[in-house]
Amino acid sequence: MILIRIMLRDLAAGWRGGGVLPLAFFLLVATLFPFAIGPDTQLLGRAGGGVMWMAALLAALLPVDRLVEPDLAAGTLDQYAARGISDEGVAAAKIAAHWLGFGPPLMLAALPAAALLRLDGPTLALTEAGLALGTPALAALAVTVSALTAGLRGGGALAGLMMLPLAVPLLIFGAGAAQPTALRLLAATSLIMLAGAPFAAGAALRATRD
Amino acid sequence: MSPSLGWSGLGCLRGGRILFEGLDGRLGPGEALLVRGPNGVGKSSLLRILAGLLRPAAGSVTRDGGVALADERSALDPRLPLAGALGYWAHLDGRGADAVADALAAMDLGHIGAVPVRMLSTGQRKRATLARLIAGGQPLWLLDEPGNGLDDASLDRLAAVIEGHRASGGIVVVATHQPLGLGPAAELVLA
Repeated sequence: MILIRIMLRDLAAGWRGGGVLPLAFFLLVATLFPFAIGPDTQLLGRAGGGVMWMAALLAALLPVDRLVEPDLAAGTLDQYAARGISDEGVAAAKIAAHWLGFGPPLMLAALPAAALLRLDGPTLALTEAGLALGTPALAALAVTVSALTAGLRGGGALAGLMMLPLAVPLLIFGAGAAQPTALRLLAATSLIMLAGAPFAAGAALRATRD
Repeated sequence: MSPSLGWSGLGCLRGGRILFEGLDGRLGPGEALLVRGPNGVGKSSLLRILAGLLRPAAGSVTRDGGVALADERSALDPRLPLAGALGYWAHLDGRGADAVADALAAMDLGHIGAVPVRMLSTGQRKRATLARLIAGGQPLWLLDEPGNGLDDASLDRLAAVIEGHRASGGIVVVATHQPLGLGPAAELVLA
């Protein structure tokens, strides 16, 4: 119950702190891409799924300096700890809040983006399924690197450098969703990251108190 | 169950330096401890150890009852109105909106409950931090320099609030370098 309250607070804080920006960013990338490679429908259709994933990855990365750092600076994390709320629980609530803030909206924004990239129906369906499976893991990664870099100078840039390599498996299996087994591997990768992230992020939150 | 706070053989190591060691003590309902000493001797570290935020290098702490810590950071969302930001913590502590209203009144903040936290002055923010403690209703209070930035009227109010908390069976540990005008309290001087 307490964790749900923490999640709802983080979700609200995320929206107030510029929750629409990752969406706008996602759509902007999808808009710019055809300008960059030209209006070749076939080429766009082939590359479109991958472009969507790159855009989703960057959109998940945008708020990475605001996920943990403000709570650390304001003493909010100390207040959770003084109440005996586990760091892993706080991390899980933050992951859920971050995903709710960008995952489902991103899947909605993928519809106009698919039109811009000239994706056909089946490809769009596969991409949406891939985003549904993969965005929770992106949220888990984003919160984990945020917790690891919270309190460091230039933490935002460092968080990006740390997160992008870790997201490579998601990118490969997500962008390769046309292969029949790719979605299953994506689901497996996503599950491992989701299961491990609260503990990794929780340990990082605990380390900030020393 | 009546609240209590005890510590034995407590030692603190920060940055390779021993700040204090061998501290023993115990506080029962209605008791208070004033922690004094110059800057940098470990007053805040002692409070953080008592709150369970920092692991002591030696010794142990036993807590009976919930802990509320007030340090220099308010932990209030700067974009929310004051009453809403306090309400978040009060709800986490299982308290209702009336507890927030009472706490705001106790720190004379009732008239600015609708003002966003980021617009508050230093002193008002300090009072809001104390209001968070009052609204939380936990028995163990750990106050780190609660008088910083408060005007005379607010200092009187702070003393009254602390005494009221003790009268209702609460425990207070205050780290301070200024006299707060409290009733009889144990004193611990770190050096």
